[in-house]
Amino acid sequence: MIKTDILIIGAGPTGLFAVFEAGLLQLKCHLIDALPQAGGQCAEIYPKKPIYDIPGFPEVLAGDLVDNLMEQIKPFQPGFTLGERAETIEKLDDGSFIVTTNKGTKHHAPVVAIAGGLGSFEPRKPLLENLEKYEDNGVAYMIKEPEIYRGKKVLIAGGGDSALDWSIFLADIAKEVTLVHRRNEFRGALDSVEKVQQLKNEGKINLMTPAEVVALKGKDYLEKVTVKNTSTSEETDVEIDDFIPLFGLSPKLGPISNWGLEIEKNAIKVNNSLDYQTNIPGIYAIGDVNTYPGKLKLILCGFHEATLMCQSAYQKIYPDKKYVMKYTTVGGVTGFDGSKKEAPKAVVKAID
Amino acid sequence: MSDIKLKIIDRDGELHEVDAPTDMNMNLMEVVRSYELAPEGTIGICGGMAMCASCQCYVKSNHQLPEKSDDEEAMLAEAFFVKDNSRLGCQIHITEDLDGLEVELAPEEA
Repeated sequence: MIKTDILIIGAGPTGLFAVFEAGLLQLKCHLIDALPQAGGQCAEIYPKKPIYDIPGFPEVLAGDLVDNLMEQIKPFQPGFTLGERAETIEKLDDGSFIVTTNKGTKHHAPVVAIAGGLGSFEPRKPLLENLEKYEDNGVAYMIKEPEIYRGKKVLIAGGGDSALDWSIFLADIAKEVTLVHRRNEFRGALDSVEKVQQLKNEGKINLMTPAEVVALKGKDYLEKVTVKNTSTSEETDVEIDDFIPLFGLSPKLGPISNWGLEIEKNAIKVNNSLDYQTNIPGIYAIGDVNTYPGKLKLILCGFHEATLMCQSAYQKIYPDKKYVMKYTTVGGVTGFDGSKKEAPKAVVKAID
Repeated sequence: MSDIKLKIIDRDGELHEVDAPTDMNMNLMEVVRSYELAPEGTIGICGGMAMCASCQCYVKSNHQLPEKSDDEEAMLAEAFFVKDNSRLGCQIHITEDLDGLEVELAPEEA
């Protein structure tokens, strides 16, 4: 069981900055995120896009903002449970919570802060009949262990980086790799596109474009798929062992929507006049995942919400302690790792 | 301040005639959101970067629209429910030329 003071669900910019504000109050944080890396949308969707409205940064790339936040919170030694989705929450008699992930990892904390952004990122599934029947029976949306495709006939669908990169990778492992895309053009890194072209020329990748998979066939296990050429409408059955549609990820609020929280407009209602607490005392929601009158889904607003949430969380965890907010220019930053940053002391010295 | 008229058919098939400003640097996806013609969280999810297809719409009138960018082409190539007249609303800038434009919102992806 992982124990912490504030359990933060979502490791995007808002969740990461909450670690800093909590650290100033000597509160420890642990973050859960369904993605395999920290940074949320900034890292997953648009790391190379510039942001112009972070105060003090005339321009910063989303990926760099995440790197900076990770550096800023390092002294506070946050824990991470990455690649796992927060699934269930249980309130104990003492008011604290146990949050369990889809992989069974349990976290215990007196305060839970949901900084889940748009939700957890789930693979986009193609619209095909009987798709669910073949899930785990020949259809997979993510490649976890490439080795299981050794000697297999694999068909990948998609036109982005992951479709290209996995086609290249599996070309050496699988018996056959077929790449199906609705267009002739691919959107990916130039060298990936060129590598696929080369592998196609060498006969190591069977490229089918412009085409799409329109039907799945097989008794219990997937045996073949029907691929339709979208310009000639000609349909071909391709015998395969595995079908891997890679159409990117889309966010879903997911299991959090079953936690008994008040939801409005696909977001969690919070008390914005006070501390961004939800209808369940001890559970807060900050950043893009919450809603209140006048809400703006901006990173800078998430930072503010995280700051007020931490003050409230402190009072909740230590109801009898007196505390006043201290400026970092005055108090410096003392990390849990023993590091100490502070303003240099002024020199008192007479000038002759 | 000059407004144009747009006809927008929502996902339930209902037609809305709305005014859209041409001087607010708005796009079609933002107009739909400002009139709440689709629930928040189901449209404009990526914020307008052509990185999701939640604002996909079908253009029903014969207006001359600006060419698709590579990003829009690529996103539509991966989207579902795509038709020949599919566009991403976030990539359609509101200008006076679009007066009378009629669009239908594509279904929400499951």
